[in-house]
Amino acid sequence: MSYDFDWSSIPGALPFLWDGMKVSLEITATAIVVGIVWGTLLALMRLSPVKPLSWFAAGYVNLFRSIPLVMVLLWFFLIVPRLLAGVLGLPPGSDARLASAMLGFALFESAYYAEIIRAGIQSVPQGQVAAALALGMSYGQAMRHVVLPQAFRNMVPLLLTQAIILFQDTSLVYVSALADFFGAAYKVGDRDGRLVELLLFAGAVYFVICYAASLLVRQLRKKVAT
Amino acid sequence: MISIRNVSKHYGSFQVLSDCSTEVGHGEVIVVCGPSGSGKSTLIKCVNGLEPFQQGEIVVDGIAVGDPKTDLPKLRAHVGMVFQHFELFPHMSITDNLCIAQEKVLGRSHEEAVAKGMKLLDRVGLKAHAGKHPGELSGGQQQRVAIARALAMDPICMLFDEPTSALDPEMINEVLDVMVELAREGMTMMVVTHEMGFARKVAHRVVFMDQGRIVEDAPKEEFFGTPRSERAQQFLAKILHH
Repeated sequence: MSYDFDWSSIPGALPFLWDGMKVSLEITATAIVVGIVWGTLLALMRLSPVKPLSWFAAGYVNLFRSIPLVMVLLWFFLIVPRLLAGVLGLPPGSDARLASAMLGFALFESAYYAEIIRAGIQSVPQGQVAAALALGMSYGQAMRHVVLPQAFRNMVPLLLTQAIILFQDTSLVYVSALADFFGAAYKVGDRDGRLVELLLFAGAVYFVICYAASLLVRQLRKKVAT
Repeated sequence: MISIRNVSKHYGSFQVLSDCSTEVGHGEVIVVCGPSGSGKSTLIKCVNGLEPFQQGEIVVDGIAVGDPKTDLPKLRAHVGMVFQHFELFPHMSITDNLCIAQEKVLGRSHEEAVAKGMKLLDRVGLKAHAGKHPGELSGGQQQRVAIARALAMDPICMLFDEPTSALDPEMINEVLDVMVELAREGMTMMVVTHEMGFARKVAHRVVFMDQGRIVEDAPKEEFFGTPRSERAQQFLAKILHH
């Protein structure tokens, strides 16, 4: 009843797997950048005294945090290609899977980043805002020059931890048959009948990358704390 | 210079300020004292609009603070304020702390702002610390930097909200010395403090508050000589007889 491991299909598949890794990293990077920018705006809206803005942000965050990511990805996979085709006049059937995956991730992750950033902004003492305002700064200037720099400094470890989770979550794009790293490994394994080996290999790669990154974050956390 | 007329403020049903009125003339130094919770910090924060108030009127240099049409940032740029907890910006060097508002609010060039900042830093005796961050300075030094930061904006008056309350006793005097010097140069000052030595030295008038009301508003000699209200007598007895 022993299973004969055969790793021979991996070396030849490395270029294909690397292409998949590039897709995973691309989605991760886009989601981080958009997530932080849009997340900051959402956090500011949520903390704004203007009620409709704050309601919108709260609704957005609660909505995305209450539905499974895989569902969001599927919806975007079903809707976005058509939308893009309509807007950009793409021929029907052209491949917008990557764009829809990026958009889905970015909008979903923004909800999580918004909450991290909101907590970061609230961690800056009220007196700092008062001091900035007392010097004649507008609310916007106080945010930009005084509050946000301190908030982000406190948040860096949390934002990076979220980025690591995000990188792992990119494997969910397999539902749209997009060849990210996980999808690529699955395809190769399926083709060669070596699914177990390929998935073990993919798991090991995810582990090494994420564990190394989390060690770095731990180092950074110590540095920020001092 | 500062005119406070019948100001009242409440949080919900809790009355923080009741019908407060006083004046600070040009070049005058007013000390505001009173037991904790008496509303003195709230009152001074109303003067530059950091705290809103519901009734009454505050006019600073001819500008009504409570008027929704008033450009508060513009007014605040010329009303210096020093806080109990210093509130230097911890992510910036001392130099940047001194320059940021000069540049972003007054539109001064960086060179001009640095020159002004260094002059004032020298004045509070901390020129050697220009490159450090606030966390590397003692409380007394941070508060002196905070005073220099406010002065860099060329304020028409200065508000001090318990500037020595968060300091260790041995650091209180270095801050008071700077304030005394400022008062003697003719700066208009409104100072919330329990430092009665400072009041005796430079104050023109002392305002005593209790439970959100101005109970006493008298020239310093009169206040220390024969306070009229029983509450003020008790308060003075408590803080002077140690």
